[in-house]
Amino acid sequence: MAVVALQAIRKSFGGRPVLAGIDIALAQGELVSLLGPSGCGKTTLLRILAGFERPDAGTVRLDGRDITALAANRRNMGMVFQSYSLFPNLDATDNVRFGPRVRGVPRAEQSRRAEHLLELVGLGGHRHKFPHQLSGGQQQRVALARALAVQPDVLLLDEPLSALDAKVRAQLRSEIRRIQRETGVTTVFVTHDQEEALSISDRVAVMNEGRMLQVASPAAIYREPADAFVARFIGAGAVLSGRADGPAVRVGAVALPAAAAAGHPAGTAVELFLRPEHVRLDPAATPPSGALAAEIRELTFFGSLTRVRLALDGIADSEAWADVASDRADGFQPGLRVWASWDAAAPRVLARV
Amino acid sequence: MPALLARAVPWLFVAAFLAFVAAFMLAPMVTVLVQAVWGDHGPTLAYVRQLGEYRYATAFANSLILSAAAAAVGVVGGGLLAYALLRPGAPGWLRSAMTSFSAVAANFAGVPLAFAFISTLGTLGLLTAQLKRLGIDIYGLGFSLYSLGGLTLTYAYFQVPLMLIIITPALRGLRAEWRDAAENLGATVWQYWWRVGLPVLWPSLLAAFVLLFGNAFSAYATPYALTAGNIQLVPTEISNVLSGNVMESPQLGAALAAGMIVVMTAVLLVYWLAARKAARWRR
Ligand SMILES: Nc1ncnc2c1ncn2[C@@H]1O[C@H](COP(=O)(O)OP(=O)(O)O)[C@@H](O)[C@H]1O
Ligand SMILES: [Mg+2]
Repeated sequence: MAVVALQAIRKSFGGRPVLAGIDIALAQGELVSLLGPSGCGKTTLLRILAGFERPDAGTVRLDGRDITALAANRRNMGMVFQSYSLFPNLDATDNVRFGPRVRGVPRAEQSRRAEHLLELVGLGGHRHKFPHQLSGGQQQRVALARALAVQPDVLLLDEPLSALDAKVRAQLRSEIRRIQRETGVTTVFVTHDQEEALSISDRVAVMNEGRMLQVASPAAIYREPADAFVARFIGAGAVLSGRADGPAVRVGAVALPAAAAAGHPAGTAVELFLRPEHVRLDPAATPPSGALAAEIRELTFFGSLTRVRLALDGIADSEAWADVASDRADGFQPGLRVWASWDAAAPRVLARV
Repeated sequence: MPALLARAVPWLFVAAFLAFVAAFMLAPMVTVLVQAVWGDHGPTLAYVRQLGEYRYATAFANSLILSAAAAAVGVVGGGLLAYALLRPGAPGWLRSAMTSFSAVAANFAGVPLAFAFISTLGTLGLLTAQLKRLGIDIYGLGFSLYSLGGLTLTYAYFQVPLMLIIITPALRGLRAEWRDAAENLGATVWQYWWRVGLPVLWPSLLAAFVLLFGNAFSAYATPYALTAGNIQLVPTEISNVLSGNVMESPQLGAALAAGMIVVMTAVLLVYWLAARKAARWRR
């Protein structure tokens, strides 16, 4: 059964709709990411969940109970903010004890929780440091411990890593996941970083302009985007507009193999999405069967992989990408003519709107 | 050479400033302190002992009570006003209008201020008369503009705006996240203010109190114009002594001034100790 559920949530600020009917439910112990571009309403949704904002319409449920009108300080939810949310006048221990203390938990129990949680987030040696004596990453660890100290029904994280540098971010990300698994707390994790969402979540909820576009496992979001926005937003790849034509998408005179196009009536406007890992490149003089002529435009070195940007012959301004193992990309350089091919089952085809 | 010059420039300015301070603050202070214990026939404690006389002891007591009351009224009134203006719902234009007005009001003192209050709340003042017509005789009820209470009210006119100006940056420094976090963790509004808001503000409030105390303690023109010396205050007593209305005695004036220096030094010392403790978490 769902622990938390948001049903038909609507919210406007000054007449401008920010959330246009959001439904989502989380199962016990699940980590769901809210992923979407900046300004799409993620924070607003989280604040409605936490009780800081009232929705104009819709219901917030906790264990089936309607808590839409319940004040924030009466909900048992732990929130971690983007940054600078630690109480500056309290040391790490007192920050973590704050929640239990204001709720009247006995002193000994407050201390026990603070000690245990600071240990859990790896700050056992920094118990008596004040926030300004801690690095950004350490501060967020304390904030996490503080949120967990009230033994929340739901943990809410609003871009908790976005103010940190890349290395700390990646490390803390996996630690948040470890701690979330260990404590089994149901978690909503807000981010605008797709890599973060895909790597940390049980399910990813992709939002845009106040709507929920798709809620699914990271793999499903990546492989089977339900919507052109999701397909563009998640991962890299080519987006080519054309018309369905049997098991292909026709762009001008060029037919791009795509088995999925057969599912659309011939002649309808569609978009073809093609991931870089599905495209094979062949510099041989004779074309492999079904291959398209293309020219290499740019190479980007990613370590083990090199991403190759291509222009497909016969399609003006077309861009496609192919990922090539770096040790096999030696002869590649901008201007080189190649044959590009892919498995017809690989591209995703969605009706153009 | 330009590098050396670049390094010398800040020192030149600092040195000029220090010379200025030495000439116009330290030197007079030393003169006053020496004069207070130096009679016509060498060192003496006679003038300092004179401070214990009823008249001067009263002046010190009055000045301390008035300054503490005026500082308290300023801190509380200005603090609440600033808080109200910074609340999310408050209109922005009102905020900027109040800030501009405060910059003027905080510097409105002396004879004009005294005159404004006399013509409003004096025995024959406009408001006094209006209230009387409504059946409220404020002077009959024990109020007097020419009392310590009246002076406190008058001082509030510049103390409250001064507080508004100096506390606004500190209030702005209270992050919305702290409040949200406290609420999220189950705290009531009071618990937030008690455990986070006030402790964070405390050093600024202390500093503001000291500034307002000093501002009231040294005010001379306003009380002089208002009470014409009917209420003994240290600054007006110094003026009396020096201008020879009562007697010609520069040494007594110096002793009174030395007393003021001692009071302010003591206040600053208490402040320094309290602020050190209150701001422990900043270091
Ligand atoms: N309190 C508010 N008053 C007015 N507009 C707001 C308020 N909070 C958010 N908004 C607006 O709502 C939109 C969504 O904001 P937000 O939920 O913060 O997006 P996200 O977290 O996805 O970046 C933004 O355009 C923002 O300007
Ligand atoms: Mg946000």
